[in-house]
Amino acid sequence: MGFEGIGAAVKRKEDGRFLAGRGNYVDDINRPGQVYAYFKRSDRPHARILRIDTAAAAAAPGVVAVYTGADFAADGIGGLPCGWQIHSKDGSPMAEPPHPVLAQGKVRHVGDPVVAVLAETRQQAKDAAELIEIDYEDLPGTASVLDALKPGAGLVHDEAPGNVCYDWQIGDRAAVDAAFAGAARVVRLDLTNNRLVPNAMEPRAAIGECDVAGNYTLYTTSQNPHVIRLLMGAFVLHIPEHQLRVVAPDVGGGFGSKIYHYAEEALVTWAAGKLRRPVKWTAERSESFMSDAHGRDHVSTAEMALDAEGHFLALKVSTLANMGAYLSTFAPAVPTYLYATLLAGVYKTPVIYAEVKAVFTNTVPVDAYRGAGRPEATFLLERLVDAIAHDTGIDRIELRRRNFIPANAFPYQTPVALQYDSGDYETTLAAALKAADHAGFPARRQAAAAQGKLRGIGISTYLEACGIAPSAVAGALGARAGLYEVANVRVNPTGSVTVFTGTHSHGQGHETTFAQVVAEQLGVPVSQVDVVHGDTARIPFGMGTYGSRSIAVGGSALVKAMDKIVAKGKRIAAHLLEASVDDIEFKDGKFSVAGTDKSKTFGEIALTAYVPHNYPIEELEPGLDETAFYDPKNFTFPGGCHVAEVEIDRETGVVRVVNFTAVDDIGRVINPMIVEGQVHGGVAQGIGQALLEQAGYDDGGQIVSGSFMDYTMPRADNVPNIHVGTESTLCTHNPLGVKGVGEVGAIGSPPAVINAIVDALGTYGIRHLDMPATSQKIWSILQAGAPRMAAE
Amino acid sequence: MYDFTYHRPTSVADAVALLGSDADAKALAGGQTFIPVLKQRLNKPSKVVDLAGLGLAGISLSGNALVIGASTRHADVAGSADVRRAIPGLAALAGGIGDNQVRHRGTIGGSLANNDPAACYPSAVLALGATIVTNKRSIAADDFFQGMFTTALEAGEIITSVSFPLPVAKSAYAKFNQPASRFALVGVFVAKGPAGVRVAVTGAGQNGVFRQRAMEAALTASWSPDAVAAITTPAADLNSDIHGSAEYRAHLITVMAKRAIAAAG
Repeated sequence: MGFEGIGAAVKRKEDGRFLAGRGNYVDDINRPGQVYAYFKRSDRPHARILRIDTAAAAAAPGVVAVYTGADFAADGIGGLPCGWQIHSKDGSPMAEPPHPVLAQGKVRHVGDPVVAVLAETRQQAKDAAELIEIDYEDLPGTASVLDALKPGAGLVHDEAPGNVCYDWQIGDRAAVDAAFAGAARVVRLDLTNNRLVPNAMEPRAAIGECDVAGNYTLYTTSQNPHVIRLLMGAFVLHIPEHQLRVVAPDVGGGFGSKIYHYAEEALVTWAAGKLRRPVKWTAERSESFMSDAHGRDHVSTAEMALDAEGHFLALKVSTLANMGAYLSTFAPAVPTYLYATLLAGVYKTPVIYAEVKAVFTNTVPVDAYRGAGRPEATFLLERLVDAIAHDTGIDRIELRRRNFIPANAFPYQTPVALQYDSGDYETTLAAALKAADHAGFPARRQAAAAQGKLRGIGISTYLEACGIAPSAVAGALGARAGLYEVANVRVNPTGSVTVFTGTHSHGQGHETTFAQVVAEQLGVPVSQVDVVHGDTARIPFGMGTYGSRSIAVGGSALVKAMDKIVAKGKRIAAHLLEASVDDIEFKDGKFSVAGTDKSKTFGEIALTAYVPHNYPIEELEPGLDETAFYDPKNFTFPGGCHVAEVEIDRETGVVRVVNFTAVDDIGRVINPMIVEGQVHGGVAQGIGQALLEQAGYDDGGQIVSGSFMDYTMPRADNVPNIHVGTESTLCTHNPLGVKGVGEVGAIGSPPAVINAIVDALGTYGIRHLDMPATSQKIWSILQAGAPRMAAE
Repeated sequence: MYDFTYHRPTSVADAVALLGSDADAKALAGGQTFIPVLKQRLNKPSKVVDLAGLGLAGISLSGNALVIGASTRHADVAGSADVRRAIPGLAALAGGIGDNQVRHRGTIGGSLANNDPAACYPSAVLALGATIVTNKRSIAADDFFQGMFTTALEAGEIITSVSFPLPVAKSAYAKFNQPASRFALVGVFVAKGPAGVRVAVTGAGQNGVFRQRAMEAALTASWSPDAVAAITTPAADLNSDIHGSAEYRAHLITVMAKRAIAAAG
């Protein structure tokens, strides 16, 4: 084997089965005797349910059962739980209204499930659903946070007066006010962060099953099967954990949308128990648009107090965050502890105050979506910095440099709770500017102008936080779960290794990167390492994959488990080699006695552990199988610089991203090829947010972009070749020195693109532009602000 | 989709008989619109009559006409040396419809019979003064398109071919994509041929494809992008949606017309 350890661009082990169509996704699974569930969903944004008549549906061919919210109420089944509790400024807990599995009394968004029809075939379930009669009394609905907060706005939940979920704050308001009072200048920016639909390639699906002994299995498209088992088993259906197995097999993309516990999972499991038949549901794409948790949707005001030289003195931020109609699993944490705590960014702003009001509306619930809070913070901050440069006349790059946290200031305590362990923002900035040939931009702008194009360049010097931790701190902040990770390393008798990890791979390539970490530490070839995830019956425990936590937290657990393997292996080797354990060294897959040529291979030690004929059996158990739980000391803090270059067609307003450079500090790189792929994907999503994507609602809450005919996903021709570079400072508190890479692309890129567009439109007097920068929006700006056009 | 019976007749007469036997029978051409409509349960046909077995695919070039069979796929039109030589703008248009998959299933007859107001083909057929040939008669393009999703086709009438008069001196199509669907937000086909100078616009009109006669007059006098640069289209007659206001579409008509003229040379 060639080098396969940390840093090698090993080809992805999992791609063979994916490319050959041999993946095993939930919809590929069929259980004997299964019935199919179809959900009749609300087509109203907000309405009282006056009457549901399911008699005709129940009598339709093939129908096995028809369920409504009343059946869950009759069974004493509560709603879907929320996994994070936020407290408002006044100390009161957030409004946490019930989130029934099927609507009870009211429907609160288009897509809210009302009736479930179970039939022998999918077609029969769908046919029968058409026979259901529901009488609604429409109620006033709202889609935007601004409308929902107006006096007299329709109330989404009686439990949330004024539609406010919480009104939260962080930071020292008095200190910020004092800094503003003494400031030479204040720059203010109002901005929104557009609502997005995640659109994983694989729609959600779930199969519930219950055997004669009352043991349940749920197959589901999840990023965290143990979390689903905990939430659904303990809080919804009251199934003891030893009787509930949750399997998340191959999953085709998540981007956050498959973290949460959804109603459909609870229904198929509950109904499987009722019917004692497996129950299968697979979302149609149009269902995904109205039932997968959406992302972003903030309206914010940001103000920076400055001294005369442009040093940041204080930052004040006020944000309205759309929660949608119900609290999705981690929704309350996103605009608070994953957003406002990031508002220092890469800058040494001494005092910061942020207040966040979370608001219910008649829209699909909003929760974490690739980046989760950090893209919103980064967009706000990096747009604000450019607005400051615009207003003060200080060069955008010089302004950033003047305010960077210097490389020698780490660990650095921000005024918004986080303590950064490492970083070097000047280095990533300089590397990105060089790679992007920033110096050559004026010539490229001139060449574009000769072609009738407006060319602009924009940068974003971002920071994010991965691997939310430690558990005790998260718990103090409202988390209702731990945030550690688990790895079980089973060395097989012949020396191959099976890793059971509590993280979950749904596109990230863990089967390869985790195997590389094993190859590095144990000297076992990648081909001899099997990485198992996604099954609560096989994996001791785990918290899953989100927030770019897998390598930082799951990888660290893996290292800790392997440390135990090596320690035990040394004791076995010491016995075999008749040496003291203190003299045994382990290197390149060999246990040897220091200073001698006496050694045993890793495979020999493994075999001895399982065939303990010559073994220190009095003092050591046989076997070579170790588990570690790892609770991180802190978040990790990737950061870097993204540079976007755009060209605008003056006649049509079409924006093309023509160059994109990302230089990211993600700590130690395990597999540079996978890192590059992660950055590519994230940047594509960021360009999608910046230019194309908008989950559209009309004022009353009707969806106006409910399919790919109207919701614009980025396609290959919207994305340029992306230059990816890495400049590493190592994480100081985890054993691999890793920081995480899953989200950096989606976090750093949107403001870089918008900053480039604003730069290109400089002669049109534009200071800010909200996303998405559609061609129509740009054209309107060109029309309104271009006195020269008439003369041309 | 709802249940229906599927039929694959091998003669136009059998197809017409099947379609005439039941008011809820529907014809299936390439299915690129119809199949998604069925999957969304927006149509409930009793019979689906597949026209693929009628032998209507093929391209033939005679001295004074290019005839494209109704079942000819977009990819075949785009790739045809005859079409590229005789009417390059038509080949280019076909090569830009939908995506690769759509172009290998969708047919010219299906597109015209559906007359989606954002489809590409109607603009070429109208601008080139083509004739739609059916099992019953020949219909001039000017008479064929009668508003959104509405054509002159009668019950039991099947398009068999489309005849484009030759020689065509100039032809080109410029399309501004609706960003999500990539149908035409605005598509403009310009042509100079036996039907004279014509400019046809798709995607923008409230009543589907239409001729921009002011541009036609200007181009007849002087074939150049500058000739149409100052000609505007009244926004009042144009579509407005989340992807483009009527004003934006009106503006794009002029821009796309200029680009099409430039491309036509």
